[in-house]
Amino acid sequence: MRDRENLLGALGLLLLCLGSAWGLFYTPPETKMASVMRIFFIHVPTAWNALLIATFAFALAVGVLFKKSPGKWDAALAATVEVACVYTVMLLIQGSIWGKPTWGTYWDWDPRLTSAAVMGVAFAGVLSLRSFAEGPRRKALWTAVATIIAYVDVPIVYFSVQMTDRTLHQNLSSPTSVSSIYHWPLRANAFALLFIGIWLIIRRARTILLEAEDDAGGSSPAPEATLVAGVEG
Amino acid sequence: MSDLPPALRATALSRGYGRRWALAGLNLELAAGRSLLVAGPNGAGKTTLLRLLAATLRPTSGSVEVLGKPPAAAREHLGLLSHRTHLYTDLTCLENLRVAARLGGRDLSKDRLGALLERVGLAGRGGTRIRECSAGMRKRLAFARLLEKDPDVVLLDEPYGQLDPRGFDFVDQLIAELASRGRTLVMSTHLVPRAAPLLRSGLLLVDGRPTWVGPAADLPSAMSERLA
Amino acid sequence: MIRPALGVLRKDLKLDLASPGRLAAVVLFSVVTLLLFSFAVGPDTSSLQRNTAGYLWLALTLSSTLALGESFRLEVEDDALEGLLLLPVPPAAIFYGKATANLLFLLALAALLVPLSFGLYGASVRGSFLELAVIIALGTAGLAGPGTLYSAMTARARGSDVMLPLLLFPLVIPVLIASVKATSLVLLGDPMGDRGAWFALVGCFDLVYWTLCGLLFGKVVDA
Repeated sequence: MRDRENLLGALGLLLLCLGSAWGLFYTPPETKMASVMRIFFIHVPTAWNALLIATFAFALAVGVLFKKSPGKWDAALAATVEVACVYTVMLLIQGSIWGKPTWGTYWDWDPRLTSAAVMGVAFAGVLSLRSFAEGPRRKALWTAVATIIAYVDVPIVYFSVQMTDRTLHQNLSSPTSVSSIYHWPLRANAFALLFIGIWLIIRRARTILLEAEDDAGGSSPAPEATLVAGVEG
Repeated sequence: MSDLPPALRATALSRGYGRRWALAGLNLELAAGRSLLVAGPNGAGKTTLLRLLAATLRPTSGSVEVLGKPPAAAREHLGLLSHRTHLYTDLTCLENLRVAARLGGRDLSKDRLGALLERVGLAGRGGTRIRECSAGMRKRLAFARLLEKDPDVVLLDEPYGQLDPRGFDFVDQLIAELASRGRTLVMSTHLVPRAAPLLRSGLLLVDGRPTWVGPAADLPSAMSERLA
Repeated sequence: MIRPALGVLRKDLKLDLASPGRLAAVVLFSVVTLLLFSFAVGPDTSSLQRNTAGYLWLALTLSSTLALGESFRLEVEDDALEGLLLLPVPPAAIFYGKATANLLFLLALAALLVPLSFGLYGASVRGSFLELAVIIALGTAGLAGPGTLYSAMTARARGSDVMLPLLLFPLVIPVLIASVKATSLVLLGDPMGDRGAWFALVGCFDLVYWTLCGLLFGKVVDA
């Protein structure tokens, strides 16, 4: 298993290099976009993956709620929330880099940026909650509950900001129709980031599991039940 | 041979915290109406056992059944007197009782609740806020709450704690009364010589392990043998 | 289910009335917050008036974490919550009872802050008072619902004073946006009839979260 996931990580890294190089150097320049727009080739796949990984966290959280002893699932959930957080932060930084030369501002309160920021903060909040939960079971349940609540909020935030945007002019939407030349680098990077994300999750989950077992001091099996306190008379 | 399920059944019941097993591998069957005295040094797992039986703590492995059902499903029939009083300090004695009675769907009448307060030695204290009550009074009120519910299975964790000698007598009377009314009773205490004559069976826990089981009357000598 | 929830609500209201000092501090805090806003923003009366809704909802939101935190501190003090679960009271009933009690407190707080903010910022109601009441009710419900769930988790935490706001504030951003917008439109006039959509948004949020939190509460207080 160890070898397999590193393979995934390596593949992801390779794809990322390919996809980015392709997008950065080999695609013909789009007349409307400046060179800086090429960050689009990493920005869009990051966005897709951030959302995908967050959704995966949501699914895991629901799963954790139904498990009797959620140890492994909890480690996976925590790792997934962490990676979703990291991707969201990357997304926001990329967005700032793109934003400044293009629209003259590092930040704006449009639906996408706002809901990304909220998701990042909310998931970070879920992670900080973990240190306050007493016991592994409570930690798992609380993380799951907080993740579900945070995730359900993201579309609501998006809609609420979008509704305020109706009164502003729509100058911040990224190109929705992309000609097919751009599909391949986008796809390559999308898969690249997905593989890297999965690799990160697996590695991180494993570490979290080891830390948890370490805290618990190793689990020796329960001693055999030797005594039967029966009913007298 | 009754085919009713035992009032309490624990199967390989264990609760661990990391490397330490607070309770390890207990098998227990207690028929309805029987009483059990749980003894052992500090940290032996007595409180853990009672909390597991009441399902305020989840087992690490093994299972608990109360009246044939998982304890979470049998909470109406269970009463727990624990170290924590479960009281609201801003409310009065009477109000705390009323909250319990109302949420349990039972009779709220002042007569009934007043009689309970009298029974536990808190007559006339109905209007005193818990905040102003001593530890002993709070303990007595906790007893009142338990009696108000009057469950079939009664779990008492250190019932003599915080009480004065009169309170000790009260607890003794209570145990006798519960037994005579056919309630199933599990009690943990350090005052083994005092409690042993009142209960039927005894269980000795040492470091979480069930070490001895037998008639409660033999418990003091079993303890001096094993804990010397 | 309803009976135990009402029982819990009753108990919480009794507790609130039994020691008014506890919650008086929260009320004072919210009043001071309103004052702070007017000092911070300066005496530009027209801008104060325009932004009344914003200040009002900010004061309510900031105060809500104090009130919500308090309500669960009582349950944790002597493990009263465990006592409730043992009675037995279904966890969802505990949630709805407490969330409703919190909601009622926040409504009472709003009832004080609204006229106060009108006085401080020179605002008045162009639209209907009924609509103002409705949006206040919907918005405070959006704070009380998830806030009650989170306070159950943070009550025992060492950093609970900061954990509850940290968790709650990002979550209720939609409630804040929509409530402020809707309140603004009711106060200042709504020529294009936009406010319906904002009411609907908060209403949806409330519906989703009061249901979700009720379902999830059992897992939060599970042994």
